Amino acid sequence: MNSSVQHTLSIRGLSKEYVPGKPVLRQIDLDVDTRGITAIIGPSGTGKSTLIRCINRLVEPTAGSILFEQQDLVRLDRGALRLARRHIGMVFQEYNLVERLSVMENLLTGRLGYLSAWKAWRRKYPQEDIDRAFELLEIVGLNGFENQRADSLSGGQRQRVGIARAVMQNPRLLLADEPTSSLDPKTSVEIMQLLVSIGEKYSIPVVINMHDVDLAKRFASRIVGMSGGAIVYDGGPAGLTDTVLQSIYGGEDWLQ
Amino acid sequence: MTVAWLALVAYMIFAGLRLDFTWDRFIIGLDNAERFLGRMFPPAILQPDSMAKGLLESLEIAILASFFGVLLSLPLGVLAARNLMPAWVSWPARTTIALCRSFHPVIVAILFVKAVGFGAIAGILTLIVASMGFIGKLFAEAIEEISLKQVEAVRASGAPFMSVLTYGVFPQVFSRFVGFATYQIDSNLRNSTMVGIVGAGGIGATLFAAFQRFDYNFVCAILIAIILMIMIGESLARWVRRILGVDVSKSDA
Amino acid sequence: MPNSRTSRSPAQWERYSSTARLLRFSLLLLLIIAVLYSAKSVEIIPEFLLDAPEQIRDLLVRMWPISYGFYPEGVHDPLMDTIHIATMGTILSILLAVPVGILSAQNLVRNSLLNGFARLILVSTRSVNSLIWALLFVAIFGPGALAGTLAIAFRSIGFVGKLIGEALEEVDPRSVEALQAAGASWMSVLLKAYWPQLEPTFWSVALFRWDINIRESSVLGLVGAGGIGMALDTALNLFQWTRVSLILLSIFVIVVIAEIIVTQIRKRII
Repeated sequence: MNSSVQHTLSIRGLSKEYVPGKPVLRQIDLDVDTRGITAIIGPSGTGKSTLIRCINRLVEPTAGSILFEQQDLVRLDRGALRLARRHIGMVFQEYNLVERLSVMENLLTGRLGYLSAWKAWRRKYPQEDIDRAFELLEIVGLNGFENQRADSLSGGQRQRVGIARAVMQNPRLLLADEPTSSLDPKTSVEIMQLLVSIGEKYSIPVVINMHDVDLAKRFASRIVGMSGGAIVYDGGPAGLTDTVLQSIYGGEDWLQ
Repeated sequence: MTVAWLALVAYMIFAGLRLDFTWDRFIIGLDNAERFLGRMFPPAILQPDSMAKGLLESLEIAILASFFGVLLSLPLGVLAARNLMPAWVSWPARTTIALCRSFHPVIVAILFVKAVGFGAIAGILTLIVASMGFIGKLFAEAIEEISLKQVEAVRASGAPFMSVLTYGVFPQVFSRFVGFATYQIDSNLRNSTMVGIVGAGGIGATLFAAFQRFDYNFVCAILIAIILMIMIGESLARWVRRILGVDVSKSDA
Repeated sequence: MPNSRTSRSPAQWERYSSTARLLRFSLLLLLIIAVLYSAKSVEIIPEFLLDAPEQIRDLLVRMWPISYGFYPEGVHDPLMDTIHIATMGTILSILLAVPVGILSAQNLVRNSLLNGFARLILVSTRSVNSLIWALLFVAIFGPGALAGTLAIAFRSIGFVGKLIGEALEEVDPRSVEALQAAGASWMSVLLKAYWPQLEPTFWSVALFRWDINIRESSVLGLVGAGGIGMALDTALNLFQWTRVSLILLSIFVIVVIAEIIVTQIRKRII
C-alpha cells in the first residue's frame, strides 16, 4: 500500500477539552497503517486513554478529524458512526464482558452490528459466525469454554474472550485501552503475544495504550510517547533512550 | 433506648384513646367473635355457580392484568432509566410511574368503574396501572444500578440500540425483573379477589354480597378458596422462576 | 481459514439444552393459552370502552375545583385516625408476627410441625386482603377504627412474619453456637445472638410495612372500618366530587409524607 496515499487511520489536529480551556489532547496528528503493534505510552492523565477513545468516539473530540475508511469519523451521524464502529474492534482494561452471558454469547456480540436486533435476540446467527467463533476460541486458547459464564473465568481468560470478541467483528483496526493493566505480569505477556499474533494473522494494525514501558518495548514495533496531551516521540523501541523517557515521564507536569 | 420504649407505650395509649378503643368494646367484640366463628363453621358453598364464576373471573383479571402490565412495564422502566435516557424522556416516564403508584388499587378501581362501567374490565385496568407503577419503578432502579462498562463494549462494536439493550442491559437485570414480575403477579391475584367489592369484577362481589346477607358460612368457604388459589399461585410463581433459571429467592411476602 | 476439526463441522451451538428449550416453550404456550382464554371469556362491552375518555373527562370536570374548605370539619379528624390506625396496626402486627416468625424459622425452632403451622398462618394472613379482613372485623366488632386496626394488624402478620422468619434463618450460626456452647438459655441466645443480626432487617421491615399500611388504612373506611375511607365513602355516595378530590389529595399527601419520613429514618438507621 502506497504510504503517501492512504493510511488505515489518519488523525489530524485532534483536540479534546473536558473542561473548556484545559485541553487534554492538543492538536494530535497521527497515522497508523503499519502492521504490528503501535504502543502509546505516557504518564497517567496525559490523554492516552482519551486519544484511543476518541478514535471510535466513545469520547467526543472537541476538534480535529479522524479519517478511517475514507470517512471522517468525527463528522458522522449516529447511524453512520454505528456502521463504522463495526470495523473497529476494541479491547478494554476491565474486559467489559457481559458477565452473565456465556463465552460464546460474548463472542457473538462482536457480530451484533451485522445482525438485525430481532435475530440477535433469538440468537439466530449465520453459520459462518458460529464457525468463526469456534475458530477464534481455538486461536485464543479457550477451546471448550464456549458455554461457560463469563463471570466464572479468570482475568486472563476474560481478556482472551475480549480479544476474540473484537476480532469477531472482522475489524480493519484493533484498539486496546490498557489491556494488561488488570493482569499479573505473566498473563500480561501472554495477552501481548496474543495481540501480536492476531495482528499478524489478520493483517490489521493494533493500537495499544499502555503504561508498562518494558512490555511496550518488547512487543511494539512502533512507540508513540505522549506528554502533556501532545506527542513527543514517535519511533521504534530502540530510540526510546533514557533522555526520551525522561521527556515523556519525568520533569514538569505540562497539564495545567 | 428506654425513652423510646416509653414513648412507644405513651403513643399507644394516646392513639388507643383517640380511636375509641375501650375495654368494653373489646370484650363485647370477643363475645361477638365467638358467635361469629360459630356461624362461619362449618363452611358451606351456598352458591357454587356464583362462586366458581367469581373465582374464575378473578383469575382471568389477574392473568390479563399481569400480562399487559408486565409487557407495558418493560419499555416504561427502560424509558425511565436516567442512565440510558435523556431527561426529556426519563422525566415523563418517571412521572407516569409515580402517578400509577400514588393511589391504592381500590381507589383506582372506583375511578375505572366510573369510567368504563362495572365488571372485569375496570378490574383489569386497575391492576395494569398497579403493575406498571410497581414493576416500572423497581425495574428503572435496577437498570440505573447496572455496570455501564458492559454496555459500553457492546456499543463500541457498532450494535444497534435494541441489541445494546438485549445484550448489554437485560442480562444484568433479567433475574431481578423476573422477581418483580412474579411478585406483582401474586399481588395482582390477591387484589383481583378484592376489587369486586367496589364493582370491578371477580370474587370480591360474591364475597361482599355474602357478608351483607350474613351468610358467614359461605364467607368462610370463599375465604378458604381464595387462600388456596393464592397459595397455588405462589407455588406456580416459584416454579416459573426455576424454569427461567432465576435465583429462587424467598422474599415474596 | 478452515481448521481440521471436521468432527465439528458444521459447528453447532445452542443457547439452551433441548430440555430447557422444551420447558421454556411449554411455558410460553401455557401463557398464551391462558391469556387468550381469559380475553375471550371476560365480558367487554365496546360501547363502554369507547365512552371511557368522555366519562373520565366528565369525572375530572366534576372533581374541580377542590373543596379545600371542607378539610377542617370533614377531613382532618378522619385523616388523623387513619394515621393512628396504620401505626397501631403495624405495632400490633409486629407484636403478633414476631412469635410466629420465630416459630417458622427452621434453625430456631426445630419442630417441623410447628414450622409448618406457623408458615400456614403466615400464608393465610397474607392471602386475605386487608379490605376483606376489614369486612370481617366490622362484622365482629362493629364499624369503627377498632375493626380497621385489627384488619391492618392481621394482614401485616403474614408480611412481617415471613420476612422476619427468613432473616432469622439467615443468621450467622457461629455466634449462636458460641453462646450455646457457653450454656446460655434459649432466651439469652435469642436476645444476644439472633437479635443483633436481626435488628437492621427488623426496622427495615417495620418501616416498609408502616409505609404500605398508611396506604391500606386510607381505604378501609369504604367498608366501615374507620379513617378517611369513611368520609370518602360518604362523599362518593352523595356524588360530592369536589370533596372526593380533596380527600384523594389528602390521602396522597400523607402517603408522600410517610415515604419521606421512612426514607429519612432509613438513612439514619440503616
